[in-house]
Amino acid sequence: MNPEIGHYALVLALAVAILQTTIPVWGARAGDAALMRVGTALAIVLFGFISLSFATLVSAYVQSDFSVLNVVENSHSMKPLLFKITGVWGNHEGSMLLWVLVLSLFGALVALFGSNLPATLKANVLGVQGSIATAFLLFILLTSNPFIRVVPAPAEGQDLNPVLQDIGLAIHPPLLYLGYVGFSITFAFAVAALIDGRIDAAWARWVRPWALAAWAFLTVGIAMGSYWAYYELGWGGWWFWDPVENASLMPWFAGTALIHSAVVMEKRDALKVWTILLAILAFSLSLLGTFLVRSGVLTSVHAFATDPSRGVFILGILIFFIGGSLAIYALRAPTLRQGGIFAPVSREGALVLNNLLLTAAAAAVFVGTLYPLALEAYNGAKITVGPPYFNLTVGALMAPVVFAMPFGPLLAWKRGDLLGAAQRLMAAFGAAILAALAAVYVQGGGPVLAPVGMGLAVFIVIGACVDLAERAGFGRVPAATALARFRGLPRATFGAALAHAGVGICLMGIIAETSWNAERIIGAKIGQSFEVGRYELTLDRLEPRQGPNYRALVGVFSVRRGGADMGTIESSKRLFTARSMSTTESGIRTYGLSQLYVSLGDELPGGAIGVRAYWKPLVTLIWLGALIMALGGVLSLSDRRLRVGAPRPAKKPKPAAVPAE
Amino acid sequence: MLLWIAFSLMTGAAILAVLWPLRTGAGAAPEAASAAEADLAVYRDQLAEIERDRTAGLIGEGEGEAARAEVARRILRASAEVHATRAASAGNVGRRRAAALIALVGVPVLAGTLYILLGSPQLSPQPLAARLNARPEEADVAVLIRKVEEHLEANPDDGRGYEVIAPIYLRIGRTSDAVRTWSNAIRLLGSSPSRQSGLGEAMVADADGVVTAEASAAFQQALAQDPKDPKARYFLGLAAEQDGKTAEAAAYWSALAADSPVGAPWLPLVHAALARVGAAAPAPQTAQVPGPGAADVAAAEDMTPEQRSQMIRGMVERLSARLAEDGDDLEGWLRLMRAWTVLGDADKAKAAATDARGHFGKDDAALARIDALARELGLGS
Repeated sequence: MNPEIGHYALVLALAVAILQTTIPVWGARAGDAALMRVGTALAIVLFGFISLSFATLVSAYVQSDFSVLNVVENSHSMKPLLFKITGVWGNHEGSMLLWVLVLSLFGALVALFGSNLPATLKANVLGVQGSIATAFLLFILLTSNPFIRVVPAPAEGQDLNPVLQDIGLAIHPPLLYLGYVGFSITFAFAVAALIDGRIDAAWARWVRPWALAAWAFLTVGIAMGSYWAYYELGWGGWWFWDPVENASLMPWFAGTALIHSAVVMEKRDALKVWTILLAILAFSLSLLGTFLVRSGVLTSVHAFATDPSRGVFILGILIFFIGGSLAIYALRAPTLRQGGIFAPVSREGALVLNNLLLTAAAAAVFVGTLYPLALEAYNGAKITVGPPYFNLTVGALMAPVVFAMPFGPLLAWKRGDLLGAAQRLMAAFGAAILAALAAVYVQGGGPVLAPVGMGLAVFIVIGACVDLAERAGFGRVPAATALARFRGLPRATFGAALAHAGVGICLMGIIAETSWNAERIIGAKIGQSFEVGRYELTLDRLEPRQGPNYRALVGVFSVRRGGADMGTIESSKRLFTARSMSTTESGIRTYGLSQLYVSLGDELPGGAIGVRAYWKPLVTLIWLGALIMALGGVLSLSDRRLRVGAPRPAKKPKPAAVPAE
Repeated sequence: MLLWIAFSLMTGAAILAVLWPLRTGAGAAPEAASAAEADLAVYRDQLAEIERDRTAGLIGEGEGEAARAEVARRILRASAEVHATRAASAGNVGRRRAAALIALVGVPVLAGTLYILLGSPQLSPQPLAARLNARPEEADVAVLIRKVEEHLEANPDDGRGYEVIAPIYLRIGRTSDAVRTWSNAIRLLGSSPSRQSGLGEAMVADADGVVTAEASAAFQQALAQDPKDPKARYFLGLAAEQDGKTAEAAAYWSALAADSPVGAPWLPLVHAALARVGAAAPAPQTAQVPGPGAADVAAAEDMTPEQRSQMIRGMVERLSARLAEDGDDLEGWLRLMRAWTVLGDADKAKAAATDARGHFGKDDAALARIDALARELGLGS
């Protein structure tokens, strides 16, 4: 495909986005149905043009069209096809194009499935979406154009950063963007409501599924990024409090608060103004994440863009959208009608507590990430805010959240019975204490907090089960009735319980890995054996291998435990010739839920090679827990879908979604 | 042309996205309800859900009653609003015309202007596979270099290959590659004046114009084998100048100038260098950054058009003379035909074509290429 088609499609997309920003909003102000309808068509056409543009760029990568500068800078003709495709967004320009592609996809979804929205709300939402698309399309065309051509075309590309030549690049950024950009919809709804000066009942109904979808994607995206860093960077760490990681964590905290407060809003018509603020914050923090990564103000493994003009442009976008939305919020929020009232001890109250703590956690991460930058800009002093700060603040804020988590779902709406909830959680308490005692027994000395944390994690998981059992009425009604009720529970209830259990499971992994891992760093010769944890590793051989665009040195280790053969682990270092860069490919072998992790270091004099080996107990639970959380979100989403046109249609005025329990 | 048709179709699609919903008659179908009506629908769904939860036993009687009362209050409020507000108007014609006009004019003007500023419509797509499979005379330099590189990777002992590619590397600025390939050529083919001075020149370029000790050694080697080698003498003069020994430099250059045939391409460069050190007048600024690239450009700039074409003619004559002695070089013949055509000398180009056919009388493939080029150049056959 001709790259110029893609370029023109992108320019045309800008024109369409400008129309989408203006015409529907104009229609909404004037009360003109025809103009408002234009927004629907434009949003779909916008998605079409950006898809065409993206497809053209992908085709240029696949065909190694080195007359396109972006392809020259980030591709190589010998690269495997998968990495040619993922290379499209493994660089600044292409990843911004993916960003607007996802943005326009969500806009098109609102246009297509938003027929049950009030016309003015829909028009305003599409208008706000259009304005975001306009800003980012301008940014791409003026500062980060992926369709710049080179004459004469080189015969070979400079290859993609080897660290990014990994299946992780195929998964992590698209998911993360689906999450980041998903919050643009909730943002658009929030700003649309503020522009209109009223919050429709449909508002909460629409915001919750979008927030849920964005949140689920973001959760998986962060988890995948963490796992990728874990096996690719070769240090055995899975979270570094790197500013770029923090940039994705902040919207996650805000988004988690949002999905909870949206429940209150949907069910009880309360916390409206607060929910709007959270919707604005979640997307603002996503934008901030984009700014931090894309402007080059940070120097980390992710910041492959360092260009001040881009930074200033994104800063402008940031100020316009965050400043603008907060200004409208300040103007309009006081005029919005407040909803239902509730006692402090109630489901609403618990959700408010959750919201406050989660936003505080987001604020703590925000300060820790931006304070060093601000200080450096102010007086040039370079300081680092390290893991101790984050572990302490975020840990201290999250501890009450996770402790209170099982209580929330057991409290009734409006006014709850804390003592009753505590009584119903006795089983979970018991399990938690048993788990803590077991942990003390197994570890036999070691961090004091580890057994406590394990107990807490078990409390959450069992608490989630108790919630389901309580709702079904096990123990109160005959088992057959309870079972029938259990089956009849809304999927959203299962989703919430599953997500909460996921938090507990993730917590187990974190505590086990940080408290009980074993590490061994040695210079090993061929044939040499060493122990890590209860495993014995032997370096059998070192062999060179040739990949498509790299040369690798592979160390083959055999693993034994108590004399029994436990298989082999291959760990390698790859040298990518086009960029003269090397990467580590950690050798990881999973035993149950735990992993043995081996990475190769430098070759040492005397024929030895540096080896780092780790025994990481229950480490996979960290990512499994995150996946379970996201699965809970998806389950909750599917609830809404399936109840459209659900049983007993006669009773319903029209097939529409029903807010979930 | 096809590209512009595609652009127009795309623009048309964008405009249609505005015009289609605006067409008259479309307003009749209310796509979305008014805000208050939509609210009412939501509340009715909520009532139904409460009812369902109650029958399923998920909420108690009392809770259900309270929730029903709350939703009922919302319904009352929303019903009042439905009566107060009327649905959005179908739209008036003036606004529609204005919106249509904005789309009809705005989209093509904005997209067209931006694209003309940013795009490169004259460039065609260049997938690598197509470039690699192109016929040799159509292949671009980058692909030719790549092919030589691939060939050298497979046959690392082919000294001729290194010798061919080294000057090309130097010309396109890959100076360290030029140094490496010249060294390989010398290692495999043995030392020769042209290889040694080529290596020295590449080293100078790689050192940003400074004649390093290694480069000087290479030039000395060249001189040892051929005391007349012009390149080596020029650069050794430059080395002396950079060491501050202007007299020695002047000696190298005056000797070189005296030995050179009239119209030798390096003469202007040598004269400029002589002027730089010979006269007491302050040297021009460009002289401070001597280097083959900069110096060549400066020399070419100093030439009159006649001198320039004379220089090129000289090069073409030499090619012609070489081919007259050894006519087995097909690429050389093709180059000669092209060169005479470019210089506007069709007769000589035709003569070259005839001579070439004479040399390759039995080689059909070669004849085909000669004929193809002759046709392309309009030399008849």
